[in-house]
Amino acid sequence: MPFEVEEIYETASMILRQHLDIRTTTLGLNLKDCIDSDFGVFRKNVYDKVCSHAERLIAESARLERKYGIPVVNKRIAVTPVNLIMETHCEPEKFLEMAQTLDAAARDAGVDFIGGFGALVQKGLTRADSMLIEVLPDVLSQTERVCSFLNVGSFVSGMNLDAVNRIGPMLKQTAAKSENAVGCAKFVVFVNAPEDNPFMAGAFHGVGEADAALNIGISGPGVVRSVVEQNRDCDLTRLSEVIKRTVFKITRAGELIGRELAGALGIGFGIVDISLASTTARGDSVAGVIEAFGIEKIGAHGSTLALALLMNAVKKGGAMASGNVGGLSGTFIPISEDSGMIDAVCAGALGLDKLEALTAVCSVGLDMFAVPGDTPEETLCAIIADELAIGVINNKTTAVRVIPVPGKKAGDLVQFGGLLGTAPVMHVNGFSSRQFLKRGGRLPASVTSMRN
Amino acid sequence: MEKKKEMVFITVIGEDKKGIVATVATYLYHQNINIIDINQRIMPDGCFVMSMFVDVCDAAVNMEELSLGLEKIGQDLAMSVQVQHENIFRMMHRI
Repeated sequence: MPFEVEEIYETASMILRQHLDIRTTTLGLNLKDCIDSDFGVFRKNVYDKVCSHAERLIAESARLERKYGIPVVNKRIAVTPVNLIMETHCEPEKFLEMAQTLDAAARDAGVDFIGGFGALVQKGLTRADSMLIEVLPDVLSQTERVCSFLNVGSFVSGMNLDAVNRIGPMLKQTAAKSENAVGCAKFVVFVNAPEDNPFMAGAFHGVGEADAALNIGISGPGVVRSVVEQNRDCDLTRLSEVIKRTVFKITRAGELIGRELAGALGIGFGIVDISLASTTARGDSVAGVIEAFGIEKIGAHGSTLALALLMNAVKKGGAMASGNVGGLSGTFIPISEDSGMIDAVCAGALGLDKLEALTAVCSVGLDMFAVPGDTPEETLCAIIADELAIGVINNKTTAVRVIPVPGKKAGDLVQFGGLLGTAPVMHVNGFSSRQFLKRGGRLPASVTSMRN
Repeated sequence: MEKKKEMVFITVIGEDKKGIVATVATYLYHQNINIIDINQRIMPDGCFVMSMFVDVCDAAVNMEELSLGLEKIGQDLAMSVQVQHENIFRMMHRI
């Protein structure tokens, strides 16, 4: 026998009991070659390209799922940022029609989300960028599977506050047009957005990418929690080591599936994103990992240190396991998709201020949290700007996915259903930043970005 | 020319009982699958684990049918059954 029973049992337990899965196989597609002066032809090109690739992605993912006995939960498509391909068809109706085309292609091919309806606007807005933001409330409320992003800043460009100031009103309009404001869950605003991130809602196929690339997102908070629980009394150095070893193993599984899937599809293998990503299933919780460290509820003092340790160990384990680690790799801390985060907010252990502090060491940012529907537009913009400033100055990706739910106040619960979970509406600081945000302009880049 | 070996692990997990090896082995025999090695152990958590290392290159069924067939046997025995190509263990447990 080439392997010990213990090794086989460890792998089987990860999958059967600790929710280890390939969270997503995301195929990035270049759509620039679909552009045509005839908009009907252009849409048909896009539809055909997405459908044909998506169907093969689903079939091959299913084959590998059976071969390796590991669930491949989501199969998704990420496309070239739509603002780029729409420059010569810059009319609001056409933007909406393109979103509907992408939605139809995703639905017909059987993928649950298609990402890339967005723009990179860290320095300024083109006419197409501006129009894209204008139609987003309709796109997010009238389509089912289209996900959108904006990248409004970077380490070297600073942050475009004029773009941020457009987002608050856009989110309020989206919230008003969709049930429980769920349209807002399909939009994420970034700084330093990675061009190969496989996770929605922020996935897109970057302009520096090849025609197609296969990116894999692998998860497993339950696996990490289990190993932490088996090491209750060890010190932080040892704790980091055991997490690193476990993450190494699960990243290797992602690497195997990613390489084989890319080979079967005849395209290049992009990256493995090892991100501990929660689901609403009990035990599949990042908050659960932090609490297994010995913290009563996530949000208690000590949580930032715990999350920093977890992030660091996850990244190191991943980096050892694959030469292609990329995307966001680390740990997501969404509220609505993580039962432990929901419990912590409901118990009063975790508020928006501490959540923002946690995002300074997590891999993304303020994710899937609800705020009262009467939160002023400029306060939404200010929440976003604060979070993104952390990313610009510290040269890391940060992002915000905020849901202002009409008619709801702090303490209410909002059910989004399915993967999106349940969000306790969080208290928002009532003092205003209106005069500050009205200044607009651009936050200059950090002095540490001047390295040339 | 001899066919290339296609090695798969079948793992049965649950409470120890009579007939586990016999039931799985009989099913594999009927599917023309050769058992290379068998190992079983009671784990520290009290779980019984039986692992079979088999060659499916001449199998009468494909991986999907094999998984479904063994899943049915697992249900009859009230145990979990995993069917996994050996490469996943090679990747996860060997550098």
